[in-house]
Amino acid sequence: MAEITAETHQSQPRQPSPGRMPRNWSEIGSRLVPGLAVVTAMIFGAVFMVAAATDWAAARAAFSADGVGGFISEVRPGIGRAGIAYGALFEGAAGLGYVNPSSIRAETFYVTLLPLGERSLVFIPRNLIDTIVRTIPFILAGLAVALGFKCGLFNIGAEGQLYAGGLLAALIGFHPAFRGLPSLIHIPLAVAAGIAGGLLWGAIPGFLKARTGAHEVINTIMMNYIAIRLADWLIKSREPVIMLDTTASVPRTPFVAQSAMYPYLANTSLHFGLFVALAAVWLVWWFLYRTTLGFEIRTVGANPSAARYAGMSVSRSVVLAMALSGGLAGLAGAGEVLGVQHNLSPGFFAGVGFDSIAIALLAKTNPFAVVPAALLWGGLINGAGLMQVRADLSIDVVKIIQAFIVMFIAADQIVRALWRIRARRRGEEVVFARGWS
Amino acid sequence: MAEPAATPAAEPVLEVIGITKRFPGVLANNDIHFTLTRGQIHCMLGENGAGKTTLMNIIYGLYQPDAGEIRMNGRPVMIHSANDAIRLGIGMVHQHFMLVPQLTVTENIILGNEVTQGPFLDRRKAAAQILALSERFGLEIDPEARVGELPVGARQRVEIVKALYRQASILILDEPTAVLTPQEAEDLFKVMHALVEQGVSIVFITHKLKEVLAVADQITVLRNGEVAGVVAPEEASEASLAALMVGRAVILQVEKAAAHPGEPVLSVEELRVTDERGHTAVNGISFEARAGEILGVAGVQGNGQTELVRAITGLMHPLSGRILIAGQDVSTATPRQITELGVAHIPEDREADGLVKPYPVVDNIILNSYYRPPFARGIVMNEAEAVKQATEVVERFDVRTPSIYAEVGTLSGGNKQKIIAGREFSRPIKLLVAAQPTRGLDVGSIEFIHKQIVAQRDQGVAVLLVSAELDEIMALSDRIAVMYRGQIIDVLPAAQADRETLGLLMAGVHPAQD
Ligand SMILES: Nc1ncnc2c1ncn2[C@@H]1O[C@H](COP(=O)(O)OP(=O)(O)OP(=O)(O)O)[C@@H](O)[C@H]1O
Ligand SMILES: [Mg+2]
Repeated sequence: MAEITAETHQSQPRQPSPGRMPRNWSEIGSRLVPGLAVVTAMIFGAVFMVAAATDWAAARAAFSADGVGGFISEVRPGIGRAGIAYGALFEGAAGLGYVNPSSIRAETFYVTLLPLGERSLVFIPRNLIDTIVRTIPFILAGLAVALGFKCGLFNIGAEGQLYAGGLLAALIGFHPAFRGLPSLIHIPLAVAAGIAGGLLWGAIPGFLKARTGAHEVINTIMMNYIAIRLADWLIKSREPVIMLDTTASVPRTPFVAQSAMYPYLANTSLHFGLFVALAAVWLVWWFLYRTTLGFEIRTVGANPSAARYAGMSVSRSVVLAMALSGGLAGLAGAGEVLGVQHNLSPGFFAGVGFDSIAIALLAKTNPFAVVPAALLWGGLINGAGLMQVRADLSIDVVKIIQAFIVMFIAADQIVRALWRIRARRRGEEVVFARGWS
Repeated sequence: MAEPAATPAAEPVLEVIGITKRFPGVLANNDIHFTLTRGQIHCMLGENGAGKTTLMNIIYGLYQPDAGEIRMNGRPVMIHSANDAIRLGIGMVHQHFMLVPQLTVTENIILGNEVTQGPFLDRRKAAAQILALSERFGLEIDPEARVGELPVGARQRVEIVKALYRQASILILDEPTAVLTPQEAEDLFKVMHALVEQGVSIVFITHKLKEVLAVADQITVLRNGEVAGVVAPEEASEASLAALMVGRAVILQVEKAAAHPGEPVLSVEELRVTDERGHTAVNGISFEARAGEILGVAGVQGNGQTELVRAITGLMHPLSGRILIAGQDVSTATPRQITELGVAHIPEDREADGLVKPYPVVDNIILNSYYRPPFARGIVMNEAEAVKQATEVVERFDVRTPSIYAEVGTLSGGNKQKIIAGREFSRPIKLLVAAQPTRGLDVGSIEFIHKQIVAQRDQGVAVLLVSAELDEIMALSDRIAVMYRGQIIDVLPAAQADRETLGLLMAGVHPAQD
């Protein structure tokens, strides 16, 4: 990889260049690494699709018969399919598509942006709205993990904290004791319960870390198991019935009362949770960068011994960061129950908590950057369905792309090498969380 | 400006021609020319931030220059990475250690250059090679020891052996003596001479002018990223070097009036402290530091000074005994409570304890006062006030930084220390605990920090000065306590302390007892 650094050295004229204003590609590129990781992952995903869609035996035969031309003609359909797949992925995610309007289902509302003969450039608002709805929990849970990273903590427990929050929010939402409350009280109550659940679920590993030094990775994983099993039992148990809706054909809790549901924007599925999430982004940023508690958390994350020297309580910051991180995840869980599903079923959050780790990494733990990162995730997941239909590809292709993104973020040297961005200088590397010692 | 006074026979092994390196807001190296000849010890001198480390990092391939050329044995070479440098026979011992503490000496040395037998490491062969090297150059090391448990001097030897193991013929030593005891430094010089005799060429960076005059064959002085002069040691004196570095005459002597000690501010009674591994480090110490006096604590490093300071500042709790500050028992107080009593602390390890490197200068300046007015009201911080304070401190303490928003990690060592001193001295204090306050600083900065310490004393602050530099202890202290094996074996008035007496005491010999 030594040659990566070559270009600036050799191609520059050997003179002092005092005011060389735009710093070189390395400096600009360093900031673009997350974006480039996504682009690279998409390219890799495309290669994967082409590879999967091509009949390699036929391609080899064509190559020996007609040379490169024959080979290309065998591979071309695969490339076309990858194109269709990404087109569909984008259409499903952002609502922008280049399609024959007659192929759009009759009940779907769309706007023709540019009539171009048989196919047109159309905008289907519903797709974008669905993407945003899917993005909401990712924003909150991604923020949760990012906040932990700021304190040098690796909160793998967002999944469990989502359940803890979702369970309590659902309970307050459907329990007869709370029926008849006005929305103005019922919603905040359910939300507060959700936050409290996540808070508790995050604070416990935080407390264990502060008190005994037990590593939070281990304990948040344990807490995940406990939460998932607990939800399973609470929701499924028939003897006694605890949170099960006995009238339902599948195991789930009863529906929450109308008064506990998040309001919707107009007649869409876009719910109040979006504002909650965006407010949380700002609040987390403000908390981290404008308050003494946030300053403490960041200092503990950056250099715990300097934090101790400066009179900060490392254990207090650890507990606080884990609790707030859990609270955010709990809020995400509450939002899904109150805004989307209106009940809770055992496997409801499967994976959201883990995806949020990827989102926090993609955002480089920056609270504002969590929004686009979460939107990307929401888009990929929401667009996957249409992609599957149009290109006849498994939905898992999206999982592969996501995996590539995570890999390129974690091993950003690969991205730097591919895009000729000079290696990090010593000390520049981002430390998200510390190791075991 | 003197011409390079190379002897005619000397052949240049390394030539740096017109190197320029710019960082955002700083011209770290500006058209630098520099020649190293075979078997030479070439001292590189210069103020903090003059660009010494940057130049060495360029030679070692860690930074790419914006302009200029490097030649080895007369031929231009491209050094794009440390691997390139190593292949060309350049070795570097960095200003900050780069070893893996969890690994053994052998493992550290062969890291990246493993001797293998089939797929396996051939440890025994490697260890034998390392022993042979260390014997040849008189570098005492134990190949099986774990690096984390070695004293600094030994770690440094490991770094040198590591470079030699990779067959370095040019060795760059970036401020190796900053962390060494005088004895360890002497040993290092012996090693350097042994190396030079066998044809190795050495670039040696230091801020200690005495050392420069003692070991250098040639001296290059940098100032503000430019070569300020190339001189031969015979033609130089401490004062002339200092003046060349700083660009003005430097007063190497500390000027201070007689002390007027007042009430005791710090009293330590029968203090016992254990170190991190549970060994007794401070073993029953009692002393007092009074308002308006500087109490120096002399001693070879590792005799309990670190733990004493950590106990006084609340970073460690004593096993037994009492610590009183301004009449209050602080034996079990937190660092915050102690700071609030009016205690300032310049920590021994500024990188680890004193600064948050990824933070901008401004956040480091409010690092221990961020929570109180005017920097915060309740939990809400007031950025404008922090900026005001930082601007003031940077100005008053002449911190060379592109801005108060620059990351502290990118500043040179001396400027980092000035930030700590500026932070600690810009609030009202009663007690100053200063551990190695001028380690790694240039003469100008030392002069400045010393003046500040004396000024604090004159304002009635009690100063506890812990330093491994005998010169510093003798220049500043009003009374000197000597620590040996966790105990204070004597306290003398500064007037009665000379190098010899102190040296004996530091070695545990108490003249009065025989
Ligand atoms: N990676 C970096 N990014 C930005 N600025 C840097 C970087 N490294 C060094 N500098 C700046 O370049 C200048 C020269 O720094 P350098 O470390 O070379 O000084 P030095 O002579 O070694 O000082 P010291 O004696 O304190 O070690 C300083 O102003 C420093 O702030
Ligand atoms: Mg340096």
